[in-house]
Amino acid sequence: MELRRQPWILAGDDRRSAAFLGTLLLVAILVPILNGAVPPTSSIHLSTYALTLVGKYMCYAMLALAVDLIWGYCGILSLGHAAFFTLGGYAMGMYLMRQIGPRGVYGDPVLPDFMVFLNWHSLPWFWYGFNHFVVAVVMMVLAPGLLALVFGWLTFRSRVTGVYFSIITQALSYALMLAFFRNDMGFGGNNGFTDFKEILGFDLHSDSTRVGLLLVTAIALAASYMACRAIVNSRAGRVMRAIRDAESRTRFLGYSVESFKLWVFVFSAVIAGVAEALYVPQVGIINPSEFAPINSIEVVIWVAVGGRGTLYGAAIGAVLVNYAKTYLTGAFPEVWLYALGSLFVLVTLFLPRGIAGLLARREKK
Amino acid sequence: MTIRDKILYLEKLTVSFDGFRALDELTLYVEPGELLCIIGPNGAGKTTMMDVITGKTRPDSGTAWFGRDLDLLKMSEPEIAQAGIGRKFQKPTVFEQLTVFENLELSLAGSKKFVRTLLARINPTQQAKINQVLEVIGLADQRHSPGRILSHGQKQWLEIGMLLMQEPELLLVDEPVAGMTPHETERTAALLQSLAGEHSVVVVEHDMEFVRSIARRVTVLHEGRVIAEGDMDHVQNHPRVKEVYLGE
Repeated sequence: MELRRQPWILAGDDRRSAAFLGTLLLVAILVPILNGAVPPTSSIHLSTYALTLVGKYMCYAMLALAVDLIWGYCGILSLGHAAFFTLGGYAMGMYLMRQIGPRGVYGDPVLPDFMVFLNWHSLPWFWYGFNHFVVAVVMMVLAPGLLALVFGWLTFRSRVTGVYFSIITQALSYALMLAFFRNDMGFGGNNGFTDFKEILGFDLHSDSTRVGLLLVTAIALAASYMACRAIVNSRAGRVMRAIRDAESRTRFLGYSVESFKLWVFVFSAVIAGVAEALYVPQVGIINPSEFAPINSIEVVIWVAVGGRGTLYGAAIGAVLVNYAKTYLTGAFPEVWLYALGSLFVLVTLFLPRGIAGLLARREKK
Repeated sequence: MTIRDKILYLEKLTVSFDGFRALDELTLYVEPGELLCIIGPNGAGKTTMMDVITGKTRPDSGTAWFGRDLDLLKMSEPEIAQAGIGRKFQKPTVFEQLTVFENLELSLAGSKKFVRTLLARINPTQQAKINQVLEVIGLADQRHSPGRILSHGQKQWLEIGMLLMQEPELLLVDEPVAGMTPHETERTAALLQSLAGEHSVVVVEHDMEFVRSIARRVTVLHEGRVIAEGDMDHVQNHPRVKEVYLGE
C-alpha cells in the first residue's frame, strides 16, 4: 500500500504545477530580455510599460491565489479581501513616502508633503520606523495578518458563515475605505501616497529597477504558489476541503474548524498584503479607493473564471481577465463593467469549474 | 446486579424549543460494551438526545456525564469527539470530494491541530489501522474512489469506518439501515454486533425487524421520556409502548 512518498510538489496536480512554475520562469527570463537586450526598433521589443504590466499581472495572480486558497479549498468567500491587500500596499507606500525625504514639493526632510500641507509639525507615532525597509516589510505582513486574525477570530468563533460572512468582509473593507479617506487618519486622505522616488536607493523610474521589481514579484508569486500547494496537499489541505464540503461533519471528527479557517484566512491575508506591497512601487500610487468593494469582487471573479480550487487556475484567471480589462478599458471603456458581469454569469452557468476545468476535461480525452 | 461504572449517564435532561419539550427530564444510562437500541416515534427526542450528548445542543437543565470524570455539558463538540464519542448521522455524510482512504485518514485518532495536520504523515501503524478498518467495512477495493461515487450502503459503512478510526469508546449510530437493501441491512447488523464489546454502541432506529435482530436491550422514548426498557419482547408487549408507538 502506498505511503505517500512522493515529494509534495509532484503530488496531486503535479504536471500542471510544473507547467505553471515553468511558464512563470520563462516569463521572468524572457520579459526582461525582450525589454532590455532587444533594441527598441525590433518588432519583438517589449516596452517598459508592457514589462510593468506583466509585473502587475503577477501581483494579481498572487491575490487570486490568496482568494482561491480560502474560497476554493476552504469554502470561505471573502468579498472584502481588499481590506487586507490594501493594508499591505499602504505599508509599502509609507516606506516609499519616507524615502522621498527632502525632495518633496515642500522640501521638509521628514514630513511627507500631505502632512506639511495639513500644517502638521511632527510625524505621527505610527509613522515611526517606516524609513527602514525592514520595518515596512514586517508591517506589510503584520498589518493584514493581524487584522485577519482579529476579524477572523471574531467571525469564525461566532460561526458566521456563507453569505453573512461575505457581507461582513465587504463592510469591513468599506469601513476602512471611509476611514482612510479622512485626512486626519494620517494616511494622506483621498489622495493617498504617490510621487515615489526610490526603493532601497534604486530609482523607481529606471528600467533596471522595474526589471528588479518584476523578478522579485515573480519569485514571490512562485513562493506563494508553492506554499499554497504544500498546504492544500497536506492533511490540513484535506481537512480544509472537508470543511468546505461538510463543515459540521468535520467538527464531529474532532477538528477545530474555527482554528483551521482562522489560520488559512490569516495566511491568505498575508499573501494578499505582500502582493499589493509589490504592486504599489510598480504602479506608483496607493489611495483609499483600493479598498473599494469592486476590487475584492474582481478578485473573486478572476478565481471563478480560472477555476476555483486549483490554484494555477486562479492565477490563469487573474492574468486573462486583467488582460481583457487592459484591452477593453482602452478600446471600449464604457463596456468593461458589463463585460465583467456577463463573464461572471456565463462562467457560473456554463463553466462552473472555470478554465482549469476545461483543461482537465481536454486532458482526459 | 453488580454495581459498576457506566459509560454514559444522562440524568433529568430537559430541552425545550419554543415551549415544545423535545426532552422531558430524560434519564438514561449506557453500560460499557453494550449494544443499546433506542426506538420511538418521530419527535420522541432521539435526535435531540444525540445532539445533547455530542454538544450540539445544550439542555435547559439536567446532567450528562461521560464516564465519571467528563461533564459533557461543559465540553465543546470537538472536545467531546476527542474524548471518545463518535456519532454517525442519519444521512450519510462522508466527504464526497475525498477518496475513501482520505476519508479514513482524516478520521485518524491523534492531534487535530492545524499545524500538526499541516506536517502530518501517515506512519506504518496508522496505515495498518486504515487497512484494517477498510477490511472491516468491506471497502478495501474502493480505497481510491471518491466518496461521491459510493452506493448508499457503502457510504454508511464508510461513515462507520470513520467512526472506528477515532477509536471511540461510545458510538452513536443514527438510523444505520434506512434506505438499505436487505443484503446491506444484514451486513450492517453483523458489523454493528462485531463492534459491541470493544465499544459501547447506541443505535437509533425505526426498523423494528432490524432492532430485533441486533439488540439485547431496547429503550423506548416518547415525548422526551423513557417509557419502557428491556429486551425486545418485553418492550413490544409493554402496554404503553403499544399505545404510543405501535399504534394499537
